[in-house]
Parts: sequence; structure tokens; C-alpha cells
Amino acid sequence: MVERLSPLEPVYRPGSHGRFEDGVGVILSETRPDSIVQVAAWPGEEARAIAAIRKVTGLALPDGAGGGVVDGEKAAFGFAPGKFTVVDEAEGLAAALAKAIAPAVGTVTELSHGRTAIRIEGPEAEWVLAKFFAIDFALPAFPLGAARSTTHHDVFAQIQRTGGDRFDIYVFRSFARSFWKALGHAAEEVGYEVA
Amino acid sequence: MLLTCPYCGPRDVSEFTYQGDGNRQRPAANSQDLQAWNEYVYDRQNPAGDHNEIWQHSGGCRSHIRVVRNTLSHVVSSAIPVRGDTHRRATERRKPGAKA
Repeated sequence: MVERLSPLEPVYRPGSHGRFEDGVGVILSETRPDSIVQVAAWPGEEARAIAAIRKVTGLALPDGAGGGVVDGEKAAFGFAPGKFTVVDEAEGLAAALAKAIAPAVGTVTELSHGRTAIRIEGPEAEWVLAKFFAIDFALPAFPLGAARSTTHHDVFAQIQRTGGDRFDIYVFRSFARSFWKALGHAAEEVGYEVA
Repeated sequence: MLLTCPYCGPRDVSEFTYQGDGNRQRPAANSQDLQAWNEYVYDRQNPAGDHNEIWQHSGGCRSHIRVVRNTLSHVVSSAIPVRGDTHRRATERRKPGAKA
């Protein structure tokens, strides 16, 4: 595969930044999965789309709004009625899903080059994200694996909780650099490390 | 003001786009009834109280929702997905030329 260029590259500076003398509050990184795919089921075909995602990835999506599942290199979550984002560190997920999901069930859209995946991890992750998005990041309201779609100043973001204090954020590639810089500014007060 | 999206839960109103009066009945595409078209385009009830509205959660799941909002108090008494509703209404489509 041709090496994909990250939109964050000109501003991606590994190391510690901000007020980190008292400890690092969050760790920011780009996860760079090779497959980011959107599956959209026609009304009434949601269960068959979920079954196809399970067949291809082994991920069992839970029922219900914004439900999701994480399993090491793979993740899947619902972000809208009948619509799911499926992520894999390996290439080829879109082709595999397109084979498993007939046109009568739904559509498969390859977004691997269209989205940038940013990970924020650490004890202050909820605090930093709460400055960006008007949603509840507390664990009972936003359980592990679950996802939310929202916006930060008109920049769409799909956020999945992939750990107790870890979130993966999918933003449009074209907005990723500006979002990344804003995230860095917001994390300065708690001290952050770019991995 | 908070709107409770049926999919996403309570969200700030800035995430939503107002899609217009929910009481409008669009005449059939081939309708020649100018009165019906005029009512569809211009006539609004403008109530002081509960009002049927269509909103889109454009800054979230992007689904359209049917909202009942009180124009005096901003109390939202109901917010349900438009989908499902549209299926029912498609089969009940009024005859061409029928009055709104």
C-alpha cells in the first residue's frame, strides 16, 4: 500500500507540552487505522447489517442508539439510526463488507482517506473533551464502546469511548489539522503528551 | 434550549436546524390547485402555544424529528423521528388537487 500522508504531519510534535510539570493530564495521538468504513442500512434492514458486520469483523454490535464495541484492532459503533462506523487497523475492510452487505440491505462507504482518527487518553480526557462538546462524558452516561456524533464549531465529530479514560475521535480529514491544534490548546492547562 | 433527539438524547439547540412548520401538507407534485399550493407555501397558523415543527439534528445523527414545542414557554412536549411517520403518510397521500 502507498503510505498515507497524515493531515496532522506539519503540526504533529511528539513530546510533552503545556503545563506538564505536575503530571501529564492527557496523551494525544493519531491512530491511523487503515480502514474506516461507513455502513448504512435501509429502514428495517438494520439487524441484517449488524449481522453482516459481525460476520466480517467478529464484532457484535449491541442494540440501541449509539451502541458500540471495541476489540483491540477493530471497533464498530452506531452513530445515527441504521448507520454504523466500522474501523480496522488492517486494510480491506470496505471490500469485505461490500461483499457481505447486499444492495438490498444497505450501502458501504469507504472513508479511510476521508476521516482522521485522533485518540485522547488520560485522567483529564473527559475534562478536556467537555470543553469541546456539550455532551455528558461521564462513564455512566457514556459507557465503554458507546459512541456519540456531535460537532465542535461545525466540525463533525464521531466520538467512541474505547477505554475507561480513552476516546477515539473521527473528524473530517480536511478539518483534522485545525481540530488537532484546538485540542492541543485545550489540553495545555492539564499538560499533554503527543505520542 | 435543549431538544431531545430520539436517537442521541438531549442536545443543545445549536446542533439542530429548523426545517419548518410541521403542519404543512404538500400538495401532490402534479397538483394544479393554486389555493392548495398557496396554503402550503404561505399560510401558517403562528400559534401562541403548542406548535408542530420539523427539526433536523444536523450537528449529530442528521435524522429529522417531529417536535411539539410551546412557542410561549419553549417547553418541548414531544420529539419523535419523522421516519415511520413518512411511511404512513406516503400511503395516505391526498388526491391531486385536494384542499390542504
